[in-house]
Amino acid sequence: MASNKKYWQSVEELDENSSIVDTLRQNEFVEEIPTDDFLGDKKSLEESSTTRRDFLKYVGFSTAAATLASCEGPVKKAIPYIVKPNNIIPGVADYYATTIADGFDFANILVKVREGRPIKIEPNKDANGSTNARVQASVLSLYDSLRLKNSKTKDGSSISWADVDTQLGEKLTDIKDSGKAIAILTNTNASPTTASLIAQFGESFGNVKHVIYDSVSESAALDAYEAMFGTRALPTYDFSKANTIVSVGADFLGDWQGGNFESGYAKGRVPDHGKMSHHTHFESNMTLTGANADVRVMVKPSQQNTILADLYNAIVNGASAKDANVIKAVKQIKKAGSNAVVVTGIQDKNAQLLAMAINSAIGSEVMNTSVTNNTRQGNDADVTQLVADMKSGKVGAVIINNSNPVYTLPNSADFVEGLKNTLSVSFSTADNETANAVDYALATPHYLESWGTVEMKKGQFSVMQPTIQPLFDTRQFEDCLLKWTGSEEKYYDYIKSSFAGLGADKSFSQALHDGNFAAAASDSEVTASDVDMSAAYSSVASAKGNGLELQLYTKIGLGDGQQANNPWLQELPDPITRTTWDNYLTVSQADAAELGIENWNVANGGLNGSLVELTANGVNVTLPALIQPGQAVGSMGLAFGYGRKSGMKEEMQTGKNAYHFYKNFKTTQSGVSVELVSGEHEFACTQLQNTMMGRGDIVKETTLATFNDDSLDPKHSWNPVPMVSYKHQEVEATTVDLWDEFDRSVGHHFNLSIDLNSCTGCGACVVACHAENNVAVVGKEEIRKSRDMHWLRIDRYYSSDTKKDDKELGLIDKFAKMEDASANPQVVFQPIMCQHCNHAPCETVCPVAATTHGRQGQNQMTYNRCVGTRYCANNCPYKVRRFNWFDYANNAEFDFNMNDDLGKMVLNPDVTVRTRGVMEKCSMCIQMTQASILKAKKEGRPVKDEEFQTACSNACSTGAMVFGDINDKESEIYKLKNDARSYHLLEHIGTKPNVVYQVKVRNTEV
Amino acid sequence: MYQTRKKQLFISMKSVKQHNLISRLTLSTIALLFLFTLNLSAQGDAKNGKKLFNSNCAACHKLDKDLVGPALGGITEKRENAWLKAWIKDNAAFQKVDADAKEAAAYSPTAMNAFPQFSDQDIDDILEYTKPQEPVITAGGPVQTFAAPVKQDNTLLYILGAIMVVMLLMLFNLYRTINELKGDAPKSRSFSEQANGVWEAFKRNKFLHFLMVIFFLLMTAYFAFGWMSQVGVDQGYQPIQPIEFSHKIHAGDNKIDCQYCHSAAKHSKSSGIPSANVCMNCHMNISEVADDTKIGNHGKDILDKEIQKLYDAVGWDPEAAGGGAYTGETKPIEWVRIHNLPDFAYFNHSQHVNVAGQKCQKCHGPVEEMDELYQYAPLTMDWCISCHRETEVDMTENGYYKKIHEQLAKKYGVEKVTVAEMGGMECGKCHY
Repeated sequence: MASNKKYWQSVEELDENSSIVDTLRQNEFVEEIPTDDFLGDKKSLEESSTTRRDFLKYVGFSTAAATLASCEGPVKKAIPYIVKPNNIIPGVADYYATTIADGFDFANILVKVREGRPIKIEPNKDANGSTNARVQASVLSLYDSLRLKNSKTKDGSSISWADVDTQLGEKLTDIKDSGKAIAILTNTNASPTTASLIAQFGESFGNVKHVIYDSVSESAALDAYEAMFGTRALPTYDFSKANTIVSVGADFLGDWQGGNFESGYAKGRVPDHGKMSHHTHFESNMTLTGANADVRVMVKPSQQNTILADLYNAIVNGASAKDANVIKAVKQIKKAGSNAVVVTGIQDKNAQLLAMAINSAIGSEVMNTSVTNNTRQGNDADVTQLVADMKSGKVGAVIINNSNPVYTLPNSADFVEGLKNTLSVSFSTADNETANAVDYALATPHYLESWGTVEMKKGQFSVMQPTIQPLFDTRQFEDCLLKWTGSEEKYYDYIKSSFAGLGADKSFSQALHDGNFAAAASDSEVTASDVDMSAAYSSVASAKGNGLELQLYTKIGLGDGQQANNPWLQELPDPITRTTWDNYLTVSQADAAELGIENWNVANGGLNGSLVELTANGVNVTLPALIQPGQAVGSMGLAFGYGRKSGMKEEMQTGKNAYHFYKNFKTTQSGVSVELVSGEHEFACTQLQNTMMGRGDIVKETTLATFNDDSLDPKHSWNPVPMVSYKHQEVEATTVDLWDEFDRSVGHHFNLSIDLNSCTGCGACVVACHAENNVAVVGKEEIRKSRDMHWLRIDRYYSSDTKKDDKELGLIDKFAKMEDASANPQVVFQPIMCQHCNHAPCETVCPVAATTHGRQGQNQMTYNRCVGTRYCANNCPYKVRRFNWFDYANNAEFDFNMNDDLGKMVLNPDVTVRTRGVMEKCSMCIQMTQASILKAKKEGRPVKDEEFQTACSNACSTGAMVFGDINDKESEIYKLKNDARSYHLLEHIGTKPNVVYQVKVRNTEV
Repeated sequence: MYQTRKKQLFISMKSVKQHNLISRLTLSTIALLFLFTLNLSAQGDAKNGKKLFNSNCAACHKLDKDLVGPALGGITEKRENAWLKAWIKDNAAFQKVDADAKEAAAYSPTAMNAFPQFSDQDIDDILEYTKPQEPVITAGGPVQTFAAPVKQDNTLLYILGAIMVVMLLMLFNLYRTINELKGDAPKSRSFSEQANGVWEAFKRNKFLHFLMVIFFLLMTAYFAFGWMSQVGVDQGYQPIQPIEFSHKIHAGDNKIDCQYCHSAAKHSKSSGIPSANVCMNCHMNISEVADDTKIGNHGKDILDKEIQKLYDAVGWDPEAAGGGAYTGETKPIEWVRIHNLPDFAYFNHSQHVNVAGQKCQKCHGPVEEMDELYQYAPLTMDWCISCHRETEVDMTENGYYKKIHEQLAKKYGVEKVTVAEMGGMECGKCHY
């Protein structure tokens, strides 16, 4: 049956008497225009020496002067190339296949390059590439104006590469002669060529130790695999094969084991022939993965061990499970057989062993132990040993590459102490904490300026190639290794010459063109050795936590924090909390009540929260606290990646450093204490903004059983068409129309379909939209005032099963029950952009016809016509229009990428940079559809279905967003538009949108 | 109403030289005519020789200067006629039998083409042309400096005149009134008295006053609107460029295709200003202009220096051994951009040039006649739209339009559609 749930975005909305919610519903612009401030002050007006006549005189004169001055236009120069490179045509974009491998994110990507400068990252779909928000945003990090521009020594003076070579050459030789160890500390680069160069370096300098360090470690899983299979690697998981997924604290839609699982996962989540996967999730923080699960169970971190042990005991040992939810999960696993998988994010070797043993026991086809995942290789024990050796003076030199241990190490003070005893060199693109603590900070190019090879999975290689001339005086780590080992070769030549030895399935040029190649893996099946599972089981089963527990996590925005100076990522709302520019302690409602923590909305809709002091293992930090529905009672969450100071613009220095609490590289810390302190914190939280609450039929969802019930007519059951009264008859809203329909059957008619089932809320589309459409970053203060500029937002709705029209309950009981449900609500993510209504309410109210309709279906916004009355935004039922309150470009008040010459290089030259006082909104990427059409015209052929894309649909790795021409009856979008699951937002108001949504189907029945 | 000329008053750009096209054209026509008469007096053989020389030899040889090949002026004094004929017809074969020829071939690593198609007479003609000639005094000398008739803009004068007339009338009336008050006005009702009567009647008629005011306001608004809509319209903008490049010489006289240099126009939104290496395709061998070349008042002496500016930019040393060499020192050319669309307007050359097959001249005017380029079209939205309204889309050739064409024909029975009817007038097609 049609779901009759109540949806809410913020707990505040559950309070019937909240005036703020009402204000936000009624008013598009929350803040009043402050005219009274300066006109109402009669006294100062009277005291003013400027009379009205004088004022008018000045106005008249300055208008005349400005008019005269504007008659003289500026002289613009046009400077052509001296010698134009053959493959560059000014005005035409080139695409290059390359690879990101920054130690945290790994992906095969395409880079859009205009006149020699990369402006956009797209997934290389031919090479199975998918991009998350950070990968999408990484192009802006290339143009970070605070990058390390040239090498420098400890006193901050710059040093030339020739001097670096001689000085370091001497020093390293001395250390070699003294017999002391040289440590190379790198992140996971998964590069076979870098690895062999490090080995070569080791041969030349003798006592060299390569330590791999992941800032957010997966060491436990690596240890477990090593114990079982002898090599240090991770198994791969193909969630598209899974019918049952049971996750115990594994945020695999986030960054668990390197991420990149969402496309496989989403394939199983769309009901196909009546089937979809079933996902049970045990976790403490509300994560993206938990939010997408069918069954989400709130479990404190320490109890996750018990759950996992229970699962193991039930499946492997055949015992009966104790926990009710585990019993259900076991039933699901048994039903799916080899199509089930159990994954865990518990940072404990034994727990990881148990999960692997369960998968082996059921013969899971989802887990593949022979094709290994190389994107996390860090070794905690090695890192701990290195820090100890450095302190004790055993290490002569430490060479750090692309890693920021001074910031990310939990015991960074020890590390800094150790640096004093050693010669320290850091290769870095960023002028970060480590670069400022070492003897030599060597500037390396960004990955878009570099060469490289990456082996993300065993036998599957990717090529990294530069897409721009190096912006600064930089040199790659690998080039330095070659130089220091006395080779004259360049790294590019080295890659090329070593390519032959890999046994690739294509030529080097072809591999470079495609961005990837495969090579036969040397060994196929790995054999499991005997591991004492009973010991592992008893260790996990007996694990206990005490007191409050802290669960550290990474956000989809900042991740491990290496891109913290990227304004796109800072402004990307967290998919769960919808908060930007911050990290905070997430606490459950029950704990908040106990500790006296409060969150409240102030008059303009901004969210404020109490400050708390968090103490763990002797470290205490004062943090804001955010009450998070779905947070397990007794647990708290805190995100990594914030609190960086070095090489950061002032605006970006947000949040607090959570690595201080990351003791022993364990993401869960028990026995923490939290105390309310005085003061309050202002969040920039968008969850109450642009709300459509109270307007009905926004989110539609049903259950798999209902969906599969053939006796039901979707239109009258789970996907009801709204009814309106017309001539005293109840008729379907779609049949009634105020306007005449325009015939759109000739030419193209664009539609965008969004599947609520496969949308995981990852936010890649939001950043892609920023990059494609020159969307301005407005900063924390403006976001707080509801002046965010996101053309595309992902609304997150919580829902409870308590019905609004539940007649059995009294009003007070009903709300009490709703409050209760908000402790562990179900979650829906819904991307909302301009719906491009065929009968758009915004168009009819524009006094200057600045927003009009195209025959291809787009609602077009003409910035140069707009005079900024904002009527359109007031009249938009979907709240998708954004007003430029200020000039965001060339404005020191908004010191983001549009305010510096380097950052402006990322702007898309085909899209206008909007000025102050105009309205803007999603254009359905008309510049992209126009370009596809023009390309087809030039080639004299019809446009192929897959050629029509928008930035968001292109960035979507789960296939939730599909864009195309519905006049092409063969197209995917045509099928989706006529699918039984499709519906329009707020259909009853008759706007006839060109964006369709697909009803969310939950696999909730057991 | 307000056209080009008017505009130049308002848009007096700092770096813009005021050019008067008509005077310029008159001058150059006279100069050309003059030169043409002089040429008539040249010898018949040498004339044919010159023609042959220019079409066959000039790529590598000049009369007075070494190029890829040696200077050929006075070559007949150095070599025998028969030797030259043998060399020109097939120098490679000649080298095998003649030691002198072998030596001559060592001049340059680039082998000279064979010209078996030349008759002996042809070669004699060419050689006649290469003979040193008596210096001909061209009519150049001091250039005629008579002032060409300059078309004045008289609108202001007319307005001032009208005001003067009204003032005079008023003065006359005042004078009369004073006289009448003094009592020494003439008693008889003269013509002026009658006119005065009309004037008095007019003065009393409030309705007429009202009409006058309305009329005056409407006129003011009309002219003010016209004037204001010219702000930012730079039609006729003709800035001085860093190199005195003549489109007339290149596209007009030498008939070089526009897209040979502006090769991006068919691929890209931008037509592309040719990179300097494209210029060097020809100018590697053409280091000076023809003797009779003129751009405005500038003759060969100045224009050769302009080509030198190109060489400075690309770092080409024409004097270097072997007919010139690149020095590696480059200096980008900073052209002044003439056609400036605002940032919010999207225009794509390839759509118009490649898909629609429009001639460049449609928007850029008779470029092949312009020595110094100016903005021919107003580039206003009105101008864009009126063309989109009139231009029909040719749907027969292009595979993209095939389906749309069929649909239109079937649905509406329409055979021809204009760009505007295809959606070429929607705001979002050019503003995004």
